Parts: sequence; C-alpha cells; structure tokens
Amino acid sequence: MMYIDNILFAIILIAGIGFFVQNVKKLKRNINLGHDVNRTDNPSARWKNMAMIALGQSKMVKRPVAGFLHIIVYAGFIIINLEVLEIIIDGLFGTHRIFSFLGGFYSFLIGSFEILAVLVLVSVIVFWIRRNIIRLKRFASSDLKGAPKKDADTILYFEMVLMSLFLIMNATDLHFQAMNSGNVISQYLNPLFSSLDLVQVEIIERTAWWFHIIGILLFLNYLYYSKHLHILLAFPNTYFADLNPKGQFDNLESVTKEVKLMMDPNADPFAAQPVDENAGPHKFGASDVQDLNWVQLLNAYTCTECGRCTSSCPANQTGKKLSPRKIMMDTRDRLEEVGRNIDANKGVFVPDNKSLLNDYITPEELWACTSCNACVEECPVNISPLSIIMDMRRYLVMEQSAAPQSLNAMMTNIENNGAPWQYNQQDRLNWKNE
Amino acid sequence: MSEVLNVPTMAEMMAQGKQPEVLFWVGCAGSFDDRAKKITKAFVRILNRANVEFAVLGTEESCNGDPAKRAGNEFLFQMQAMMNIEVLNAYEVKKIVTACPHCFNTLKNEYPDLGGNYEVVHHTQFLKSLLDSGRLTIEGGQFKGKRITFHDPCYLGRANNVYEAPRDLIQKLDAELVEMKRSRANGLCCGAGGAQMFKEPEPGNKDINVERTEDALETQPEIIAAGCPFCNTMMTDGVKAKEKEGEIKVMDVAELIANAQDL
Repeated sequence: MMYIDNILFAIILIAGIGFFVQNVKKLKRNINLGHDVNRTDNPSARWKNMAMIALGQSKMVKRPVAGFLHIIVYAGFIIINLEVLEIIIDGLFGTHRIFSFLGGFYSFLIGSFEILAVLVLVSVIVFWIRRNIIRLKRFASSDLKGAPKKDADTILYFEMVLMSLFLIMNATDLHFQAMNSGNVISQYLNPLFSSLDLVQVEIIERTAWWFHIIGILLFLNYLYYSKHLHILLAFPNTYFADLNPKGQFDNLESVTKEVKLMMDPNADPFAAQPVDENAGPHKFGASDVQDLNWVQLLNAYTCTECGRCTSSCPANQTGKKLSPRKIMMDTRDRLEEVGRNIDANKGVFVPDNKSLLNDYITPEELWACTSCNACVEECPVNISPLSIIMDMRRYLVMEQSAAPQSLNAMMTNIENNGAPWQYNQQDRLNWKNE
Repeated sequence: MSEVLNVPTMAEMMAQGKQPEVLFWVGCAGSFDDRAKKITKAFVRILNRANVEFAVLGTEESCNGDPAKRAGNEFLFQMQAMMNIEVLNAYEVKKIVTACPHCFNTLKNEYPDLGGNYEVVHHTQFLKSLLDSGRLTIEGGQFKGKRITFHDPCYLGRANNVYEAPRDLIQKLDAELVEMKRSRANGLCCGAGGAQMFKEPEPGNKDINVERTEDALETQPEIIAAGCPFCNTMMTDGVKAKEKEGEIKVMDVAELIANAQDL
C-alpha cells in the first residue's frame, strides 16, 4: 500500500511527458510540411543570435517595461523549475526534500526560488493588468479578440497558480519551516495556517505539492495548444532566422531557371524539358501553408502574439487591415487545420477546398504592406511576417495575375520601357541637358 | 538656364579606353521624375566638383526591378536583373553609387545571386568617403544652425543598417540635427515602399506619409532631409497636406551638400 503514491506519481509523470512528446512529434511533422530552405550556413553567427536574442532577450528590452518584467518571469520560471527535479525524485522514491542534505546551499536555493516566485507573481499580475485593465492597444486590437485573448489570460492564471502553490507548499511544510532557513517568504505565509491542526496543514502541504507538479505537467501540455510555445521554440527560431540584410529578398530559383532559358539565344524552346521524377507540381509563390518553407512555419508556431510587429506596422497604424501578427496567427491556424486533416485521413492531406489565401489572409491585407521591415525589426524572436506576405503576393501575381490594376500598369511599363512610368528608355539621359 | 554638367556614359568611356572609378546608377526616379532629377543633378555637380571620374549607363540603364519584385512579379524582376547584369558585366563595372535606396538594396543584395557582383554604395556613403578622404570640403554655409531632421529610408536603414552616413553629412553642414521620436531602426516608413508608390493605398483612416510627416513636424524643423527620391515625394506631399510647404523644405542630403557649396 505504501507505494501507491509513488506509482500514481510515476503514472502521472509518464502520461504527462508522453503526451507532450506525442505533440512535439506532431509539431515537427507539421513544420516539415513546409518546403526545404537551407539555414545551416554560418553557424557561429547563428549561435550568437540564439545566445543574444533568445537567451539574452536583447530585443525584448527595447520596450523596457515589458522587457524587464519578461526577464523576471523568464528567469524566475526557469530557475524555480530546478525545484521540479527535487519534486520528481521525491515523488518517485517517496523521499521528502531529498536535496535538503545540501544544508546552507539548499536554503540559499529555496530562498532564491521563493523571492523569484514573488517577483514572477507580481510581474504576471502586472501583465494581466496591462491586458485587462489598462488594455494596451496591441492587446486589445481586433486580431486578438476571442480565443487568443482567453489563451493569453489562461497562461497568466496558470503562472499565478503555479507560483502560489509553490509558496503555499513551502509555507505549510512544517519540516521545512522548522529548519527556519531558506523560508524567506514562506515564513510570513506560515502564520496564515496557524489556526489549523497539524493534520490539516499536512493535507494542505500535500495538496499544494501534488497540484504544483500536476500543474506543471498540465502547463507543459498546454504549450502545444497555446501561443506559449515560444518558451521552447524561440531558441531554434532565432538560430534558423535569416542572416541576410533585411532588405534582401530571396530570388526564386524556379524563376531563375526559366528566365535563363528565355534569355539564352541557344536554347531550343521546343526541346523536351528533363523530367525530374521528384518534382511536385510547380507553383510560384504561396497560397497555402505547404507552399511556405519550414522556417516560416516554425515562425508561426513560435509567435507568442505579443503584437510588437503590428504596433510598429505603418499600414496597421494608419487603419489598414494588415496586421503582421494576424499573418502569423493565420498561418499557424491553417497549419493546425492541415495537420488535423492529415491525422483524420491516415497521414495524407485530403484537399479541403480551403487555403491560407482568401480563407485566412485576404489580398487586401497583403497589398497594404510597404515591405518596410518594421515588423521584422520589432520581433523579439526574429520572426519574419514579411517573407510570408511576399510569397503570397508572388502567388497572386504570378499564378493568378491578380495584382491591383495600377501595379499591372507599372509592371507593363517596366516590361515595355524599362521604367515604372511611361517614359521612353531613350530619354533616360535627357535630364543632363534640361 | 542651361548649365554644363559633365556626365560621360559608359559607352563613351569605353570608346576612350577608360574605366571610371565608379558607375553612377541614376535609377528611374532620378532619370524621369522632375523632383528627383534635381537630386541627380545636385549629386553630379558634387561629383564634378570633387573631380570624380564617374560614368552613367544612360540609355542602357533599365529599371533594377525592385518595384516588380516587391509587387510579387519575380519573373519581371529577374528579367530586368539579368539584362542589367549583362550590361554591367560587359562594362566590367566594379563599383556602383546610387542616390536611390531601392536601387542600392537590389543591386547590392539581390544581384549577386544572379551573377552581378559589385561594390554598391549609397550616395550618402560615397559623399562621406569623399569628405573623409579630403577630396571634397564643406564650409558650413547657408545651413549653419538650421534645424534639420533626417527621415530614414527603410531600404537604407532597417534593410541595410546604414544610419550614420547621412547624419554625418548633415552634421558637417554645422546644422542642428534633430531626431524624430521614431528614427533609425525604429523609423516609420514614408509609405512608398513595397511598390506602394505605384498604387492607391488600401482603405484606412490616414495616409502613411501624413503620419510620418507629423513625426517630422514635431521636431519643428526648417528642413526635412531625405535620402531617397520616393521618400522625398511622400514627405513633400505630406508637408503640403499639412500646409507647411511655405516654411519647411524637403531636400535630399546631396542637395544640402550641393547648396552649401553654392553648386
């Protein structure tokens, strides 16, 4: 009978981690629905980006209030979770505070955890106030209504509850309080329970302990369904981010081949093209998530919907429909839909007459972009909404000839006379004598 | 008034068996837009004054393809790029200077992949190097003490991290450089990029160039300096929309330098 607790604990732990691993596999499969792009060059620059931007939070602090609070939550959350290691060992082997033999060092650790827990709690409450009382514009805008808003609040509640449970667990742990070392915060909470008898206090302690670890496992599994994946994906996302100057857009290789053929005077236009067995049907640009590359799909899962991109977007600020954050959210929502379709159809995607273009992202949004790179610059984890916008414009123009009329006129001019306006190329040097 | 500008073409240079130190890529705006042509000429006057041996492609130049690419027409972009690269490579061009950040960005970043490898600099960088090497000197002149704010072009600033060259030039004029609340990496777009110059904006509640002009007006400038012909147009229109065209001028950094020199 005495092992029931330990067995129960092991089952919950394995189930919690197992379910998470399943979802990680799904995540990986979905990301790999994107086509390939090579992002393995220059590893030293990539490691540096990851260290500075993901680990060092260098872009977060550009907005100092949110940046500072975020660092507290981030550092606090990671450091406090060292405690989980002890909980797991205690839970599996029926020990109690196995690391307490470390003595003074243990007290130092738990003491710091307690202080951090309070700081995290305060920061998370401030975050909640910014979203729900102050209602900062980027948290109150239309693309965040409904599920995304609930998701954000749920995450904050999770964190509040987890931090509170940690402090209550310590406050009601009579052994720990008796050590009277390291209980820098919990010693002030302990008197709250003084009216209860010893058994009741122990029940509260055990309950807090169980809920704490179950809460952590639930939170771990909530990640996949929430915008909170960034706590994991920020690292690969910053590593694989584009290293080229922001103004450099990729040159489509499929187009290069055709243009070279067109311009080669020796090419025989009627010659049979060499057939590539592996090549799928060829599409220029992107109308759905499978047409994007895997880094763009990783971007979509990494986005935590902070909205810095949208708040700095010139189109959005002047009332246009475009919101770079919505581009990322839509990409993820569609990718999830495609993933569910694959799951439901035994591993094969069955066309559902829907696509990222039109069903999620409208041409009006795409045409509002000035390609100014403000969204890319702002993103604290180097996501590029712009690259998705450009790929979708390519589809609109090259596959559907669906550019706005005035742009078609501009392109016709370039084609006919080598300038976006109707001037003769022979007049290009006239300014010299005017 | 017809002034004498010395603007040799690559073809003329080649006929004389000469290779210029730099090719001046004028760009479509610089060649055809009435306002931008003034910038082109101001820049040429400075080049002439500093005895820079440069040449233009003249009628052999064609759109670099930026607006087509940003509009999504990769075909048209690559056709333009490959035609231009053929011309540039035939003349064995090594270094290019341009007064348009869009041409600058495309030539510098997107041509190498397609076989066009050149050292490409923006005219503000080139002017700065002329000053640094002593080939050009500026004496404060008419801009001394004037309040000038600089609008960062997206394709020069964020896109290519060039923030200091234009500012250094403005400071060399002994002018008072005042920064907008959003500047450098945080600079707000003028609204022209991504082929927006050639279309009507989508429905909204404000024009981007007006929003940006308001940023500039907050600094109470006498001059709004720009480094891009398209930004120049947008800011000029913005100033007109705010009915401030009587008090505030929008000028390219090259024009500031040329005017300071009474060129």
